[in-house]
Amino acid sequence: MRKLLILALKDLKLIFRDPAALILMLLAPFLITLGMGLITGRFSGSATSGISNISVAIVNQDEGELGETLVAVFESEDLADLVEPTILLTPGDARQLVEADQASAAILIPQGFSASIIPDERSGTSGEVVLIDFIANPNAPTNAGVLRSILDAFLTQVEVGRIGAEVTLSQFAQTGKLTPELAARLGEALGAQLALQSAQAQPIQLEDTTSGAAVKFDLLMYFAPGMALMFLMFAVTYGGRSLLLENRTGTLPRMLQTPTAPAHILGGKVLGIFLTAVAQLTILIGGTSLLFRLDWGQPLGVVLLILAAAFAASGWGSFIATLFKTPAQVANFGSIVMLVFGLLGGSFFDLSLLPEWVSTLSKITPNAWGLQGFTTLAGGGTLSSIGEPLLALVLMGIILFGVASIWMRRRGLAGK
Amino acid sequence: MAPILEVRDLVKKYGDFTAVNGISFSIDEGEIFSLLGPNGAGKTTTISVISTLFTPTSGDASVCGFSVLKDPMAVKGCIGVVPQELALYEDLTALENLQFWGQMYGLSGKALSDRISEVLDQIDLKDKAKQRVKTYSGGMKRRVNIGIGLLHKPKLLFMDEPTVGIDPQSRRAILDSVKELNRQGMSILYTTHYMEEAQELSDRVGIIDHGELIALGTQEELTRQVGETDTLVLHIAENEDPQPLVDRLQTLEGVRRANVIDHEISIITQSAQELIAPAIRTAEAMGIKIFSMDIREPNLEAVFLHLTGRALRD
Repeated sequence: MRKLLILALKDLKLIFRDPAALILMLLAPFLITLGMGLITGRFSGSATSGISNISVAIVNQDEGELGETLVAVFESEDLADLVEPTILLTPGDARQLVEADQASAAILIPQGFSASIIPDERSGTSGEVVLIDFIANPNAPTNAGVLRSILDAFLTQVEVGRIGAEVTLSQFAQTGKLTPELAARLGEALGAQLALQSAQAQPIQLEDTTSGAAVKFDLLMYFAPGMALMFLMFAVTYGGRSLLLENRTGTLPRMLQTPTAPAHILGGKVLGIFLTAVAQLTILIGGTSLLFRLDWGQPLGVVLLILAAAFAASGWGSFIATLFKTPAQVANFGSIVMLVFGLLGGSFFDLSLLPEWVSTLSKITPNAWGLQGFTTLAGGGTLSSIGEPLLALVLMGIILFGVASIWMRRRGLAGK
Repeated sequence: MAPILEVRDLVKKYGDFTAVNGISFSIDEGEIFSLLGPNGAGKTTTISVISTLFTPTSGDASVCGFSVLKDPMAVKGCIGVVPQELALYEDLTALENLQFWGQMYGLSGKALSDRISEVLDQIDLKDKAKQRVKTYSGGMKRRVNIGIGLLHKPKLLFMDEPTVGIDPQSRRAILDSVKELNRQGMSILYTTHYMEEAQELSDRVGIIDHGELIALGTQEELTRQVGETDTLVLHIAENEDPQPLVDRLQTLEGVRRANVIDHEISIITQSAQELIAPAIRTAEAMGIKIFSMDIREPNLEAVFLHLTGRALRD
């Protein structure tokens, strides 16, 4: 048991010394959550951010709804203390304001922006691609960065809505459930609806299953665990990859030449993946609690969910490692799994927007179960209300670890 | 006294490929035994089987009296392994590497810290022990690689080509440390494809080729196999094709065998002195210029050439 822990702690130390891994494990989910936090106005009036009244010049030359929505985001009450928008008529005026150091950035919404995303009702086609121009004031990099984050988060939301509609319809069309003509007509409506719906995302109303009363739910409380769970898959595939990497670089064979049972070596590697996953989730949850003042709910429930989600995800990490021969293959496939599980598990958008079968399929991901548990707790749920996701995650982990250990032995990763 | 290592009819196959084909040898306590052979001869596979990493297809080996088949954990506790590849964690410091590997060998507490201190002295890295290994030179990494194998004071140390790819100074330091370890009583199985290393270090040498042990004995015993012969070495220009000259030299009287590597032609002959003039005449007749020549006493290189018809570096 001591050697298991020694091995696991060594792996934990190694992953926390890898700058690239740290960026993907911790910084990326933090930054995306931060962007979401900014767009949802979580920091308005907050003394913790220390940033307020960021001046931004906006020129809206778009005739459609998306341009108006973007302006409305910057003018919203939620962002009132954070940003100070000035609406101008010409790009030249906006540039002048930035050059005169009177604005941290200028946002130029070009003509045809909405039309390039939302299909035309009559023709069914989208307009030419047009890009929003963001002019940052080099003298105010932090403020410009905050404005950029708000804009990026808005555009991500629009894109997520648009892609969601496309994917759904193309899958229906491919399975013959929709004719191409009907898909095109629905595309106009659904694309426009989802893009706008995403762009105008407001705090979600969730039904509190324990009390039956409707409680107000912070959108950030959805995205923070969503991102943490998505990037958790990176950490576990990184851990799985390290098993193959150690085999290749000779440290695994060297371990097998020490008086250590092969089962203990494999156990230690797996424990390392699990501890990494627990550490990542704990840091992300702790960090978002402190920085964004998120209330994750009942502490014991949160701890149990962290352990269960890390266990299930580690099972996936170990299982994926057994499928491939080289660390690069695991890394590539791991990235795909991370994104697919993120999409499928609801890390980007509410699964209720998608067809029933997507929701059913999402049950193979730790993301979906984890998210269900975390949002339930954040909505005031108790330990008993997260019983189902806890059980599902533990079962998932047991099955995956069982299969992975059999395959590892067959592949000779525990000696030949 | 029972040998510390006894290998009996060891075979290791991978599918149809036989990597080790029925080799047998033993190492006495306090002995340095070298397995000398070209790359791919089966040296690393032999060490991998004896160190319990791979299971033999047939045959057995006993280390410190324990069978690798029946009691692999006892074998592992008795041996130290210095692999050919640098099996280290480059993002950890040398100290952290030694701590980790020491713990894997079952050391802990004061015993571990004392032993790490001794090993750091031995590998001369005490001053830089807290630097990450990735900042080290190739030679320093090799020394850490060796240090790990010494942590638990093994009775038998396997060193698999420990000087590959390092500078002459580091190589010298490693060879000296091998001799010092042996002076302290450690038995060593050393594999190499450098004839000079085997000659300098070994009490006995086993010559391995294509998975078979083709010769075994002290250096004197082995060189005696080539008989009373000399090796005449001719150096020719790099732009010359040496093969036609080698073919002609083979036909000269008194030549047992001729071989070429990198424009250096080695001729095994009964009398090198008598062959100098005919060899120069032959080269001149073919329009090939000889830059220099020297005469070498029989050595392990000559033994390998004699036994296989190939040079060690082929």
